[in-house]
Amino acid sequence: MGECLSPATHLKYMSKIYIIIKREFMTRVRKKSFILLTILMPFIFAALVFVPIWLSMIKSDEQKSVGIYDSTGQYVALFKDDASYHYLPVADYNNAAYYSDSTEVEAVIAITGNLTENPKQVRIYSRREVPADLLSYATNVLNEQVRRDRLAATGIEGLEQIINDIQQDFEISTVKRTAEGNETGSSTEIAMAAGFIFTFLIYMFVLSYGSMVMQSVMEEKTNRIVELMISSVKPFQLMMGKIIGIALVGFLQLAIWGSMLAIILTVVSVCFGAPAVTDAAAGSAMMGQDVTGSAAAIAAASEGDGLVAALLNLPYLELGVLFVLYFIGGYLLYASFFAAVGASVNEQEDSSQFIMPVMLIMVFALYAAMGSAQNTDGPLAFWASLFPLTAPIVMMVRIPFGVPLWQELLSVGLLYATALGFVWLSAKIYRVGILMYGKKPTVKEMIKWVRYK
Amino acid sequence: MPTQDIFLSASHIVKRYAEHTALDDVSISVPRGKVFGLLGPNGAGKTTLIRIINRITAPDSGEITFDGHAFSPDDVRRIGYLPEERGLYKKMKVGEQAIYLAQLKGLSYAEAKSRLKVWFETFGIMPWWNKKLEELSKGMQQKVQFVITVLHRPPLLIFDEPFSGFDPVNAELLKKEILKLRDEGHTVIFSTHNMSSVEEVCDDIALINNSKVVLSGTVADVKEQFRTGVFELITRTGDLAAEPALFEIADHSQAGGFHRYLLRKSTATATGSDIIRAIADRTEVRSFCEQMPSMQEIFLRVVGH
Repeated sequence: MGECLSPATHLKYMSKIYIIIKREFMTRVRKKSFILLTILMPFIFAALVFVPIWLSMIKSDEQKSVGIYDSTGQYVALFKDDASYHYLPVADYNNAAYYSDSTEVEAVIAITGNLTENPKQVRIYSRREVPADLLSYATNVLNEQVRRDRLAATGIEGLEQIINDIQQDFEISTVKRTAEGNETGSSTEIAMAAGFIFTFLIYMFVLSYGSMVMQSVMEEKTNRIVELMISSVKPFQLMMGKIIGIALVGFLQLAIWGSMLAIILTVVSVCFGAPAVTDAAAGSAMMGQDVTGSAAAIAAASEGDGLVAALLNLPYLELGVLFVLYFIGGYLLYASFFAAVGASVNEQEDSSQFIMPVMLIMVFALYAAMGSAQNTDGPLAFWASLFPLTAPIVMMVRIPFGVPLWQELLSVGLLYATALGFVWLSAKIYRVGILMYGKKPTVKEMIKWVRYK
Repeated sequence: MPTQDIFLSASHIVKRYAEHTALDDVSISVPRGKVFGLLGPNGAGKTTLIRIINRITAPDSGEITFDGHAFSPDDVRRIGYLPEERGLYKKMKVGEQAIYLAQLKGLSYAEAKSRLKVWFETFGIMPWWNKKLEELSKGMQQKVQFVITVLHRPPLLIFDEPFSGFDPVNAELLKKEILKLRDEGHTVIFSTHNMSSVEEVCDDIALINNSKVVLSGTVADVKEQFRTGVFELITRTGDLAAEPALFEIADHSQAGGFHRYLLRKSTATATGSDIIRAIADRTEVRSFCEQMPSMQEIFLRVVGH
């Protein structure tokens, strides 16, 4: 507000915003749907991730029979029964009984010649589609045997051992190293996952809480309560009170989710006997990027330890600070836009012409974030993380990989400058729009509103 | 008319929309501590004028003086407004939202609560304090909204169609409360097309038709202006003859042993006194009164087609 307010007026001005914030916050937080959703959401998310995995791991407990016809007799012994399949030698794969509807036999593997000489001499017959796991098992078993037979046929002694030695698997440990020689364990996957979680949180939050702002503004406009309120509060107070109040609801929700996560992690680490996790997490939270020395980083070569080390070595403070900054900036920018739209339209349906372009930008931002994860310093990543409308979503993906400080500062600076500009512009549109009824407003008209004194 | 203490005056207000002119050089003067009726058919421009007085929309031209000074944005704080299209938060509890709105008007929580209790008792809606607004009947919602409008005791109260949606009993209650507010010193503007309430409640009126003020003044003055010059006379005898210089007989009927005459005066200057003086000796006057037009009749005459 440009005008000079005396201290007393200023106090009154702020106290009205406070009253509005309080109402917006309390009415939402006390809703049963909010409480339920906040508590259940982590479980729903966990279920969404784990249930499909879990379901795919469940095998039907029924063991099916698979017939093996082997004219050479050298392969039949290779097939070992497992939980899903019981292999039994058969004398004739042409027996019609194997293919009738009442058969117990799932499929018949028919080997009609030496596979080393002719790999085509194997078929799997079944009255139905052959299960994928059976096909891959049979392929692996026979492939391995043929390879061995061919190696043996070369007559070179110990060749198989030699080849096995050559093919020794190895993993490359990824290590982050600073100019001072501090080394830390890192993991590209972990960095990507961390970035995506933050990106997704910002995307979800901005979208759902932004449209909550719009809904709420529209409610006040359509039921004309705003005509009562306008005599006691300024439109700017009304708009900001709403935006801030709803933001606080979001913060509360995030805080609850955060503490639930902390509790779950603690429980998990206690259950799996890894008390070090919490200790180390406390250490690394103080931006101690080199909690583990170089020796320790390499010594922690075993997969699990490496993962934990990578997890611990994410730049948490940087992530945390920037997450909060982008979160607030992005929300402010989009929520003020949504507020202006809510104030301008008379009906829900009319809002779509304004919301569509914004949704497109947000979806683009999400895709840009995915693309940026592949190439974190590429031109797309660079420009999209500076452009204020996409920055909050894209930049979070890049941070775990390390972003130069000047880019972070520039991006945050641009975001906040734009957000404040949006708030200013939206306040102008809101002020006029909230009291306008009648026909659907056009963009041209809204621009005119901005110029109203 | 003696110079009155004018609380609010709007002069030469013009408001144009794209397709039509909502207000065309409209001027009204609302005396302090009186009930001012803003009358007119649907679409005449009443609500537009009210919205201008509430600074919800701005006039294209014209000036408003509020309590002796040029209208300023801060003045809306001293107005209580009951919009025609009522609306409160449907999902919010009645008491809670009444306190919320009162707090925004500058009342403390405790003050708001104690004043609300008094009003809620008056209107018999105390049992609904903790109910959501949407659970209340339309009439009850109206009461809640009325209470919210007057709670912070603003010097100027504006009611847009306050009686719509009320049953006769509650309309009567509302009328009483409006008059009480007036007697406490509030200035009241209310718009309506319910003419019977006008005669009972209003001190002054302005009739707006087709975006223009076509009639204004005190209710008595307006009625004076529409005097028909017809007098009703009840007598025992039926031998009254017209006196062309003074009056003529417009109608004569007989019922229950009484004769009822409608006398129309012949000259503009003649008064009821002149007529009664002339006939007093000729017949036994049981009843003599001037046929005053009702506001309903005036409304229809001015607006009617």
